[in-house]
Amino acid sequence: MPDLAIILPSLLNGLTTGALYALVALGLTLIYGVLHIINFAHGALLMIGLYAVYFLNARFGIDPYVALLIVPPALFALGYALQRGIITRAGHGRDENILLVTLGLSIVIENLALFAFRSDTRTVDTPYSFEIVEVLGAFLPLPKVVAFFGALVTAALLWGLMAKTDLGRAIRALAKERKGAKLVGINTEHVYAMSFGLGVGCLGVAACLLLPSYYVTPQVGHGFVLIAFTIVVLGGMGSFVGALVGGLIIGVVEALGGLFLGESLGQIGIFLIFILVLIFRPTGLLGHKV
Amino acid sequence: MTEKTKVRGLGRREFLATGAAALGVGLTGFPAVLRAQPAAVKLGLIHPVTGFVAFSGTQCREGALMAIADINAAGGIKSLGGAKLEAVLGDSQGKPDLGAAEVTKMVEAGVDGIVAGYSSAISLATSQEAAKSNTPHIVDVGVSDQIVQRGLANTFRFAPGYGSIAKFAVDNLGGLNQLTDSPAKTAMIIHEESLFGTGTAELLAKELPGKGIEVIDVIKHANPTRDFTNIVLQIKSKKPDLIIPANYYNEYVLFARTLRQQRVEAKGIYSVLGGAASNYQFVKEFPEAAEFIMDCNHWFNPKSEVALARKAAAEAKGLFYTYEVFLTYNAVLAYADAVERAGSTDKAAVNEALANSTLDMSFMPYGPTQMINGQNMGAKAVNTQVLKGEIEVIFPQEFASAMPVFPMNG
Repeated sequence: MPDLAIILPSLLNGLTTGALYALVALGLTLIYGVLHIINFAHGALLMIGLYAVYFLNARFGIDPYVALLIVPPALFALGYALQRGIITRAGHGRDENILLVTLGLSIVIENLALFAFRSDTRTVDTPYSFEIVEVLGAFLPLPKVVAFFGALVTAALLWGLMAKTDLGRAIRALAKERKGAKLVGINTEHVYAMSFGLGVGCLGVAACLLLPSYYVTPQVGHGFVLIAFTIVVLGGMGSFVGALVGGLIIGVVEALGGLFLGESLGQIGIFLIFILVLIFRPTGLLGHKV
Repeated sequence: MTEKTKVRGLGRREFLATGAAALGVGLTGFPAVLRAQPAAVKLGLIHPVTGFVAFSGTQCREGALMAIADINAAGGIKSLGGAKLEAVLGDSQGKPDLGAAEVTKMVEAGVDGIVAGYSSAISLATSQEAAKSNTPHIVDVGVSDQIVQRGLANTFRFAPGYGSIAKFAVDNLGGLNQLTDSPAKTAMIIHEESLFGTGTAELLAKELPGKGIEVIDVIKHANPTRDFTNIVLQIKSKKPDLIIPANYYNEYVLFARTLRQQRVEAKGIYSVLGGAASNYQFVKEFPEAAEFIMDCNHWFNPKSEVALARKAAAEAKGLFYTYEVFLTYNAVLAYADAVERAGSTDKAAVNEALANSTLDMSFMPYGPTQMINGQNMGAKAVNTQVLKGEIEVIFPQEFASAMPVFPMNG
């Protein structure tokens, strides 16, 4: 039985870690949840974002938070180009093709990164890397607190974009009825690419907020991909608030599971919750039937 | 598939006749020329250059390639007429089964020996697979004692295993405790989940009580672990005098950062085969988090000019001189020495030469090489401590470059 005094700090830490997971999952919920593209390259694209943040810091001294002005737009452009230049062309509109294309992309990207950057573990050391915020006696690392609020803001922005803009309406229309969207004059290829770009751009935000407390290697995405897919399904496919809530739940379950069941066994809590949600609420916590 | 070759200006018959004549002249007229180009000795290098321990695997490969370059530059294997060593590269991706598959492929392709495989689990698999063809196999880093306890005639290790390292670590901890008025009485062990971490933790948990140190908890974690806060919170709540990590580099970095973020205070962080505390990259990138951390690990002899020259050469290549680099370097050196003495690449002869190895390894803090059941009994670890941003050897005395600071908080 763990010391009661560490349950609250562990819970708060779970929330901040969960926010980081949610940040990674937000992009995926757009790509996977809305457009139904199973993007196996999600982790590899996160890795590109992390390297971009790292090199901006190492070469030009640009702070990871300042890099928010550079990396997300750059990743958006990369995502747009990938979707229009490779995924659409090679996928021929078939889900299984797209799945294999994104899987192939992830392998190519990781190996190119390995060739270009070697497998060294790289980190950034910012003046605030070891700063803490004390909340109810718990020490929360400042970068994780920033990531927590960053996840809230990113989710709100995405929600606003989807609910209030023409692009958001076009994406939703495309997700619900592709032929109908075409009939009313929506440029489907452009909207698909914009959606994919936005999803990858979210990874840029995640990379900027993640690197001050994490590291980057060519394989770094592996640790996040499965958990991001879990969060998307748990929260409800296509729901940004669901991704945020799902991420926070996963973070808390992981933290408390580790505390009560041990670090190795604690991970099963994540998948137990996942299975329970699938049994009792197959559309996810905040998802709805299309 | 056949490949048609055009020989400009010569018909097929003329070409064959000319070729046969040339071959005849070559064999009879220039035997010395032919003998001057002996067949290369093919050495398989199998490391996890992708996957979760890719950094370490790549370091191993670099160390091996440096050794091969040095041996070849020095004239190759002289007893084989200056035969060059030729690297055959394989990637286990961090998975034992893939490591074993690489061995199978390499043996079929005719490698003469194998150096593998960084982690204990991979080394167990690769050496077992190599044993089927009696291919000489030198384990570069893998520390599990099981590796050399299976009676495999082809498996050798020149570095110490975790049994001797854990004993050395515990003995020295006892010694450190005697030096201070404020000895450590409790410890928590944090280890990664594979054979290396689990085996090391078991040995430490068994031995530490004998030195008057109670192990109040042992926490195992996965590779990769994304967040160490939970573990560190448990450490904070149990307030051990000593924190003993045994894990790989990425996890060590996150763990050490989290210890600092959570303002954990202990008398010492005493790693055993720690993935980062004896690592120049970690010390360079996290000087504050690294300060005062002690480690019991593989290290070179800091008083050896040969060792320092190799370190400088590695750094000139842009490498951090981690133990993966010099242990794999040594493994290749040991293989080349065995082939040299055997005067042959015959597998049984090389295995016998390895079993009787008396290689001078004074560039390491080792005693005379003495192989028993494939293990170099002369191999020893050392204690290091990060002091003022430098990795100093603090024990044994004969190799020490600094006095230990313990407890670390004064």
